[in-house]
Amino acid sequence: MSETLKRPGARQTLNVVGTRPIRPDGADKVTGRAAFGADLSMSGQLVGRILRSPHPHARILSIDTSKAAALPGVKAVITGADFPDLGAEVLAGGEAVTNLADMAANVMARDKVLYDGHAVAAVAAISAEIAEEALRRIEVAYETLPHVIEVLEAMRPDAPVLHATLFTQGLEARPEQPSNISNRTRFMRGDFEAAYAAADVRMEGRYTTRAVHQGYIEPHACVAAWGSDGQCEVWGSSQGQFMVRTYCARVLGVPISNVHVTPAEIGGGFGGKTTVYLEPVALALSRASGHPVKMVMSRDEVFRATGPTSGGVIDVKLGASNDGKIVAARVEMMFQAGAFPGSPVAAAAMTCLACYEVDNFEIVGWDVVTNTPKVAAYRAPGAPLGAFGVESAVDELALTLGLDPLTLREINAVKDGSKAPYGPTYQNIAYVDTLAAIRDSEHYKAPLGPNQGRGVAAGFWFNHGGESSGAVHVADDGGIVVVSSNPDIGGSRAAMAMMAAETLGVPLERVRPVVGDTDSIGFAMVTGGSRTTFATGLAVVRAAEQVIEQLRQRAAMLWEVDADKVAWRAGEAVCTDPEKADLKPLSLATLAERASRTGGPISAQVSLNAQGASPGFGVHLCDLEVDPETGVARVIRYTAAQDVGRAIHPSYVEGQLQGGAVQGIGWALNEEYIFDAGGRMENAGFLDYRMPVASDLPMIDTILVETTPNPLHPFGVKGVGEVPIVPPLAAVANALRRAIGVRVPDLPLSPPRILAALEAKQA
Amino acid sequence: MSQLAFLAPLTPEDAAKALGAQGARALSGGTDLLVQLRAGRARPSVIVDLKRIAGAIGVREEGGGFVIGACTPGILLSEHAALSRAWPGVVEGASLIGSTQIQARATLAGNLCNASPAADSVPAMIAGRATCVIVGPGGRREAAVESIVLGPGRTSLAPGEFILEFRLPPRPKRAADAYLRLIPRTEMDIAVAGAAVNLTLDDAGTVTEAHVVIGAVAPTALWLREAGAALVGSRLEAPAVEAMQAVVRAACRPIDDKRGTVEYRTRIAGVLAQRAATIAYQRARGVI
Repeated sequence: MSETLKRPGARQTLNVVGTRPIRPDGADKVTGRAAFGADLSMSGQLVGRILRSPHPHARILSIDTSKAAALPGVKAVITGADFPDLGAEVLAGGEAVTNLADMAANVMARDKVLYDGHAVAAVAAISAEIAEEALRRIEVAYETLPHVIEVLEAMRPDAPVLHATLFTQGLEARPEQPSNISNRTRFMRGDFEAAYAAADVRMEGRYTTRAVHQGYIEPHACVAAWGSDGQCEVWGSSQGQFMVRTYCARVLGVPISNVHVTPAEIGGGFGGKTTVYLEPVALALSRASGHPVKMVMSRDEVFRATGPTSGGVIDVKLGASNDGKIVAARVEMMFQAGAFPGSPVAAAAMTCLACYEVDNFEIVGWDVVTNTPKVAAYRAPGAPLGAFGVESAVDELALTLGLDPLTLREINAVKDGSKAPYGPTYQNIAYVDTLAAIRDSEHYKAPLGPNQGRGVAAGFWFNHGGESSGAVHVADDGGIVVVSSNPDIGGSRAAMAMMAAETLGVPLERVRPVVGDTDSIGFAMVTGGSRTTFATGLAVVRAAEQVIEQLRQRAAMLWEVDADKVAWRAGEAVCTDPEKADLKPLSLATLAERASRTGGPISAQVSLNAQGASPGFGVHLCDLEVDPETGVARVIRYTAAQDVGRAIHPSYVEGQLQGGAVQGIGWALNEEYIFDAGGRMENAGFLDYRMPVASDLPMIDTILVETTPNPLHPFGVKGVGEVPIVPPLAAVANALRRAIGVRVPDLPLSPPRILAALEAKQA
Repeated sequence: MSQLAFLAPLTPEDAAKALGAQGARALSGGTDLLVQLRAGRARPSVIVDLKRIAGAIGVREEGGGFVIGACTPGILLSEHAALSRAWPGVVEGASLIGSTQIQARATLAGNLCNASPAADSVPAMIAGRATCVIVGPGGRREAAVESIVLGPGRTSLAPGEFILEFRLPPRPKRAADAYLRLIPRTEMDIAVAGAAVNLTLDDAGTVTEAHVVIGAVAPTALWLREAGAALVGSRLEAPAVEAMQAVVRAACRPIDDKRGTVEYRTRIAGVLAQRAATIAYQRARGVI
């Protein structure tokens, strides 16, 4: 079931935006013609393979590649010594900030390996079999070191230290000793201690989550060729061709403009493809061998060596008055960053109380390195962990106060004019409407059966704008090509085409949207931060407006009137000069056909740094049924409501809500990285990683809240892709709490854990 | 570089000869072997495909019982109405393996000879007192299914031996079986614990014969004679069922691993055995 809530009396004046046409890339995807990262082959290409560390923490004493290099069919063998030494420069590549030296050391280990799966060498050979045999012939001498996986253990003073150069930042004084604690983040307002002490009701709880993977279906894959003139070609699947270009150039020490990156179709990213793993290695192998090199990760490699998100420990204290006003909140979070600094704990700190008006709070976040894969962005990075802690604690508060969980959230809800915990003052937000949408839903009123519970949770994400480009080209016959600067991971091609068609007043079928390569469109940040439909869409709309301007001028030229006497209406130039009322409108096709006689091709490209992105709020409702004899929990009904501004293509917005909810349900119930005592991942495959399968889930119902379009976007767009993964962890946990009468504060809520909780309750 | 040969013999004798070679591995549905090849866990020099041997695929009724070709994919078992009526537990065990796609390939012989403690089709075959016809360099022999698996990844098959077919005995009136497993998800998973129960009742609904087999809670599936004996003479009244569960739980010696804990598996095995017994009982009485 899907519904849309609009502001009463809002007038629908749009023809294309808000409709549900077939997506332009749909036929390619359902017929298998769409070319993904592994689908391109270059003439003469070799197969690249990576040798990975079997140890979670070890010093590399030596690497002997001679036996591998001597194997017939092996064309190149490289190690960390084949990459330049880089300084600790910080690169802004989109949402995340990346330390260049860390990224390079993650791509190929230098003196130490820091996790099971860390790349230590690579080969290029004429076949996969020879490449794999060559890997077996590489001799690496390791000095194994004690390792640490769990975040609280990594914070201990006696923990094995991953980086001798890492000194905690964000403390009052620089520590004297290096440690695994990279950073402390802190946000404060008012006086937490005093308000907490004075509160009528006080809650305290510790909530924990495990590292989980984005679980995109398409493994990382690319083909790369290093030309003899130093010009580099990369074809591959990523969330940003410009990100791949910049990172490859910087890791390899070549000029950015020497690298040409063509984005392949992408089979899921969820943030995990906002960095590089294979591309610089493939280029280095190509440079060493003189051939193009293709690399495709196995699923095992994807799990062991690419970005999960952090496991975390979240301590929450809430103080409230008896009537339900939250007067004090303290949230302290400890996140695994993986092998290098950079967990999303700061984003978690900024978002965890973002749904609540609280006058006194303290939020502290600790970024901690561990002998696990370096975390990568994962859909609203960090926010699901913070929300899991806070939304679970708020649920406990509701139970203690005897308040309906929606009522408690309504009492404390942020609204326009509220000051967000991280600084800005909210404008044009619809959180209260989103809570009301759930309260008014048929689901919220439906009765529950035995062993069932219903959970509520809310969530927030900033949504980003940033740098994007879009181009609109008019063909001779009046057809339109829209070039987007961003890989399409969530239906953005459809959204770009629809916004261009709406702006130009042409039928959608006349608009062909494509994703440009790095040489054919201006720069853009990655597809991430829920920014593409907003920011790249803004560039496309502006480019379409420039095309309209050109079309008016061409019409004015043909009519011999001033351009200000030409209006653009419904895809036609109309003369507004009353003295020339007999002139028939000129269609886009007519103007296009005559373009060569009126000044040449009609085309515009806009590059901009989009401001005015509007945050989003979601409220989720989850019904769960527990088998009391086995502890198996099943989600039986689920509704996600979200403040979306305005949905350009409602089906894809609903798809974002459903997909985020499903990923969050998997995170809550079963997914986790499991390590053995030796620090090696035990479940590096979909069989034992236990993402949800289709039969595990009900259809996810959605409510699009469109009461408050974003006034800073021509069509009112707010980002929608990340908010829906923020509430589900707590929505599921809160449903479980209400089904079994006892809180399970540790994810995943697996059957053994639930059964143990049930037995402890009975005892 | 290693070389990999592929043979698809047409007779049992040729197959036995081919399988006797050093580094030979039998291929049935391939749903385990291909995964092991890709993961580098198996590196055979010869793969011997057994599916082209006459009779390797298919189900036939013989002497009141059923003969199932060793390479018969799961989908053909669940589509076989008479087999599904007589041996619903055996069929549901086989049908739980993998997904629709996997069901088009996965076979009883492959599931048995992969020798996983968690094999879903094995407990119900043992509870059903199934035997297998084994062909090898020394000719043919028939053995009980429970005698095949010795431990994880190990079987009693001699070099060159393979299973040609399974035999399920004739079914008396008022007899039925059931298999249940627990997985955290709803499909595409490996059993955390499993239990098969095969019951025969008299006219009054009293159990006259009972076999209880549990899976995924020991190095091999366990046929628990005392658990079956606890049900004989009962109509599944609570004391009999509890006695059966006590035997089950006492017999469990699982491991702690990524799929479940010792404590949890032991507890769940008893729950599954009780539920499987109830289903088998209702089936035998014709209630469901």
